[in-house]
Amino acid sequence: MHETILIVGAGQAGLQAAESLRMLGYTGAITLLGDEPYGPYHRPPLSKAWLAGEMEAAQLAIRSPEVLARKGIALQTQSRVASIHPTDKKVHLADGSSLPYGGLLLATGATPRSLPLPGTQAPEVLPLRSMDNAQALASALVRCEQEGLPVVVVGGGFIGLEVAATARKKGLAVVVLEAAPRLLGRVLSPLLADWVSALHQGNGVEQILNARIASFQTDAQGHLSGVAMLDGTVYAAGLVVLGVGVSANDQLAKEAGLACENGILVDACGRTSDPFIVAAGDCTVRRLADGSLLRLESVQNANEQAKSAAAALLGQEKPFVATPWFWSDQYDRKLQMAGISTGADQWVVRGQLTDASFSVFNYRGNQLLGVDSVNASREHLLARKLLDAGVLPTPEQAADTAFDLSKLLQP
Amino acid sequence: MFVNITYVDASGLSTTVELSPGWSLMQGATANGVDGILGECGGSCACATCHCYVDADRIADLPAPSEAELQMLDNVACERRPNSRLACQLKASAALEGLVVHLPESQE
Repeated sequence: MHETILIVGAGQAGLQAAESLRMLGYTGAITLLGDEPYGPYHRPPLSKAWLAGEMEAAQLAIRSPEVLARKGIALQTQSRVASIHPTDKKVHLADGSSLPYGGLLLATGATPRSLPLPGTQAPEVLPLRSMDNAQALASALVRCEQEGLPVVVVGGGFIGLEVAATARKKGLAVVVLEAAPRLLGRVLSPLLADWVSALHQGNGVEQILNARIASFQTDAQGHLSGVAMLDGTVYAAGLVVLGVGVSANDQLAKEAGLACENGILVDACGRTSDPFIVAAGDCTVRRLADGSLLRLESVQNANEQAKSAAAALLGQEKPFVATPWFWSDQYDRKLQMAGISTGADQWVVRGQLTDASFSVFNYRGNQLLGVDSVNASREHLLARKLLDAGVLPTPEQAADTAFDLSKLLQP
Repeated sequence: MFVNITYVDASGLSTTVELSPGWSLMQGATANGVDGILGECGGSCACATCHCYVDADRIADLPAPSEAELQMLDNVACERRPNSRLACQLKASAALEGLVVHLPESQE
């Protein structure tokens, strides 16, 4: 293929795809379109080291513009795609121009969900996804520091809890409002979720479960002043962080007639229902071999799907089959998760929940689904190898710290 | 003001980069297109894809690795040696001026 390959989305997946195309020997033109004013940057530190003021914005850039130019990757920032036209293999941009493509790679990411409640338009009610979001959030944190106002985090998921930890480090009062009966209920085992809850409690974060928000209250100038609950309670707030999940950006693909199911439907190689269009990263939902659907939002997924999708555009099969992994930094604890533990019904702790480091092995029956580690990178990486190899320890082996799990990998 | 760091990849290709103090050696490599370092997690000590070998006679100039870094180093893709470090955990400072790091053949 020597026509232009267009990549829509200049995030982690878009950049990885562009570089993978070059590594695979593609010498044609590559255009990387991003709708933000910045080139590709690392998003994970936005809720952690960057927000804590421990690094400058320039350090977030994944590649300098010179490096992209050297690799023959034409980056176009502030370019919003308005529509995709698969029959004439063209993309129309919001500025009225159009670009032809030989192959199209969609890496359009995801959009944080909003909460359509009264007062949600206040400038201090903010999601966290982009650099601009993070900058607005950092300014609002300064407001909280200067005026002694608490931070209210809506949604007890990873993003919200990471911001909660960062705000506590800055000495701010933090309240987490979670609609479910448990923090992180959809992603962690009950015992680890309770452990995380205790960690935040120990660091002074107030947690309200089964929370029902009525509205965001504003002052006469339109600035946020508090969060009113349906039960009448009002929490004062100088900032509301919305961490209530994301929606895959599949609108363009849907309008172009591509198969979508809460995400652009792809196979393990990143192929969509159109032979000249592939997709990667947060915007996708993957059809697994057993027919079920898997939607992941992670750096690893963005990178690995991008490598697969780039190969697929060049007619090569490079399926992404590795064990999914994730991480979250909160206070001085690093949570690392390997595998997809949804549906687990049995949990085995290796070590003690009261130890400085431990892992929780998540089982459905006697089948290991995944392993969640706290300050135990060695066990996390070993768990990935075990899950990759399909060599799964029994619950008894996992519970026995005297049993060397790496032995299972030896021939 | 800047700190000069030289990266030598597995093929012997050498790239010298000027780093601002406080920047990690991973950031210096990835921003400047030194492809032998991946740094997929953005410097969170979560992916072990920024493995490098520090010049043995300069090890004493570097802060000792944290427990988290040591654990990640146990699982790097290429051989772990006594002078193995994760580039994301090494921050440029005057003490590191002129440091040469060698990169492994593969990071994953």
